[in-house]
Amino acid sequence: MTISHFSAVLLFSLFTSVVFGITQRTEPKMMVRFGALCFVLFVTGTIAASWLMYTIKH
Amino acid sequence: MATKVNYPLAAGDRGLAEVPATTTSPALALIAGWLVPGAGHLIQGKWIRAILLCVSILAMFAIGVALQGKIYNPNTGEPLDMLGFAGDLGAGLLYFIARLAGWGQAPILVAAADYGTKFIVVAGLLNIVAAVDAHSLASGRKRS
Repeated sequence: MTISHFSAVLLFSLFTSVVFGITQRTEPKMMVRFGALCFVLFVTGTIAASWLMYTIKH
Repeated sequence: MATKVNYPLAAGDRGLAEVPATTTSPALALIAGWLVPGAGHLIQGKWIRAILLCVSILAMFAIGVALQGKIYNPNTGEPLDMLGFAGDLGAGLLYFIARLAGWGQAPILVAAADYGTKFIVVAGLLNIVAAVDAHSLASGRKRS
């Protein structure tokens, strides 16, 4: 099995965010909100770090 | 019989909560949750959370194995390997099944396999987080 780097980021972010959302909040609505926040932060943080490394190299 | 326990609320809340503890033993919830992802929540009747946790952790572990990630062995003498082993061990029965099946023993040759190694370690760590959450629910430390 092979997956692209971006697919790996999306899968990692999705599953990790689900677990964080369930375990770190008490109310279902807040779980969804926190999970979504984690997902967005994971993905945007990775993309930002990628561009930072690209900029440093070039 | 349910007992009342005073514990601080979760992050973002204020004050103390008077939370009825469930009839499930906290230790049982912790061990069940460690052995089988989501089982700690399942035995407390929180089956939607149990399914979501089980699917997420199982999928991360399976993807890691499918990417030919490494399953760490104990007693290699390397500090980083020992940390990896601790993370892998968090997956509970999944780790022992992987060891028995001989998965993740091939040398890592491609970047995707290194991703796989991280997926497996993180699946174990997330399972520990989920098991501790099940313990908190059973003890009344977490409201619901």
